[in-house]
Amino acid sequence: MSLPSFMFFVCGVFAVTGAILLIWAKEPIHSALALVLVMMSLAVLYLLLGAPFIAAVQIIVYAGAIMVLFVFVIMLLNAGAEEHTDFSRLAKYVGWPLAIILIFWASHWLWRSPAAAAAGSGGLIAGPDSTRNLSIQLFRQYLFPFEATSILILIAILGALFLARKEE
Amino acid sequence: MEFVSQHPVLVASIIKVAVLLLIVMTALAYLTWLERKVIAHIQSRWGPYFVGAHGLLQPLADGLKFLFKEDITPPVTDRLVYTLAPFLAFALALTAIALIPFGPPSVAFLHGQEAFSVADVGIGLLMVFAITSIGVYGVALAGWSSNSKYPLMGGLRSSAQMISYEVSLTMSVVGVVLLAGTLNFNDIIRGQQGYWFHFIPRWHVVPQIVGFLCYLTAAIAETNRVPFDLPEAETELVAGFHTEYSSFKFAMFFMAEYANMITVSCLAAILFFGGWLSPFPESWTWQNFLPGAGLVLLGIYLAYDTVTQMRGIARVQLGVVTLLCFGVALLCLIPSVASVIQGPFWFTTKILIILFFYIWMRGTLPRFRYDQLMAFGWKLLLPASLANLVLTSAWFVYGWVKHG
Repeated sequence: MSLPSFMFFVCGVFAVTGAILLIWAKEPIHSALALVLVMMSLAVLYLLLGAPFIAAVQIIVYAGAIMVLFVFVIMLLNAGAEEHTDFSRLAKYVGWPLAIILIFWASHWLWRSPAAAAAGSGGLIAGPDSTRNLSIQLFRQYLFPFEATSILILIAILGALFLARKEE
Repeated sequence: MEFVSQHPVLVASIIKVAVLLLIVMTALAYLTWLERKVIAHIQSRWGPYFVGAHGLLQPLADGLKFLFKEDITPPVTDRLVYTLAPFLAFALALTAIALIPFGPPSVAFLHGQEAFSVADVGIGLLMVFAITSIGVYGVALAGWSSNSKYPLMGGLRSSAQMISYEVSLTMSVVGVVLLAGTLNFNDIIRGQQGYWFHFIPRWHVVPQIVGFLCYLTAAIAETNRVPFDLPEAETELVAGFHTEYSSFKFAMFFMAEYANMITVSCLAAILFFGGWLSPFPESWTWQNFLPGAGLVLLGIYLAYDTVTQMRGIARVQLGVVTLLCFGVALLCLIPSVASVIQGPFWFTTKILIILFFYIWMRGTLPRFRYDQLMAFGWKLLLPASLANLVLTSAWFVYGWVKHG
């Protein structure tokens, strides 16, 4: 087995385990840590697909900023173990069968698609200019959607400031 | 041997990681010695003096002490997270150093593997920021999992501080990235070759002086050092996030802090001071003998000190250090060795100057108040680094500088 495919399976196992632990864990902070594990494994998968910039940004933005904020809120609220309600019992009878159907359905289609066979042999070593190419695409061809997203984020920041403002 | 020629990357990486780990751990230990000595002299004290000549064995004694202390885990903690936190802090701090190039990539061993950097990544700068941005978990989780109010307050403060200053830290180096046009460390360094007016090195610190000052301030805050060491304000918080930690788990937080110091100093040297480039032109070949000459001078001073100041066992210890110093100096004077160690020599010199500056700050400045710290970070540092970024971009847009 070559190194990229070995890394793919290791990180795939980590990502899936992290996702399962995220739902399984009773302490909110354990769930948050499991989600960080998922983010990190995804970053390595991006790296394997030949997208180092996306991988680094995935870590900086999701694991380094958003999840820190989650942990921060959990710490501030000092949230304890979650309780099981009648509603969460519903998951056992409806959720599990649905999850199993989804897994079989998705793996069936992935198995048959030609893209899956090609993905295994993907990059690992991206060209030296992959970051430059990405930014050229982003700032020339897709400038309008990029700027529109930026304005959307700006509006969200202003909204957050407005909601958090002290009553005068 | 056949295995080596089949997997040169793997073997070379393992060798480089082992050597780097050895060097960094020693450097960490002696950085604590240097810090105690320098601060002691700033405050008219002697500092460590009795364990080995000039306290040179003090780091070893401290390390042994940490190993033999009882490792107490308070019963009310979250076991898993409590144990994970120091490992996370220390491992991430060490990982970042692996991306630093300590010398030019032209120096190679084992079928053309770069000798002076463990991983020469195309997006090196982003990768270092990615790793340091995860570092905040160590502090936050340690504070939370201790299940005690002072660590919780310390952890909250520290994570808030690190998140706030990380923004300014990242913003302040974007100017350099614009000038260099790349995120790869070796390319950033190569872009700083040459001179202005034939004598000022083309280091980014000259056009990016605002960026450098912002970076330096944000880096000190990011590593939780004086005057930004609020998480450890002992009059308010006992010892902050690591109050409940003892033995080697405490030592890991301690070492992580020093490893982070080294990382940000390396980054400052690479981004603003030309990394492994020499400040002198390449035609001045005598500079190849500077490291050897410096060590000879140090050796002469040590020999003088051994004979006139030291008594008993200390005289033997310092005598051994003196001999070692002369031995390494002789090795450095061999022409082939002298040209190879040029890069690491200048890089180490720059790092040491920046580290000295760090320690100097600690010996001089009082601590900020918490609200002052937050106001400083968001209302002064971030606007300043943003203004620097806008100004640098304007340079390019209006064609005041040519892209190198």
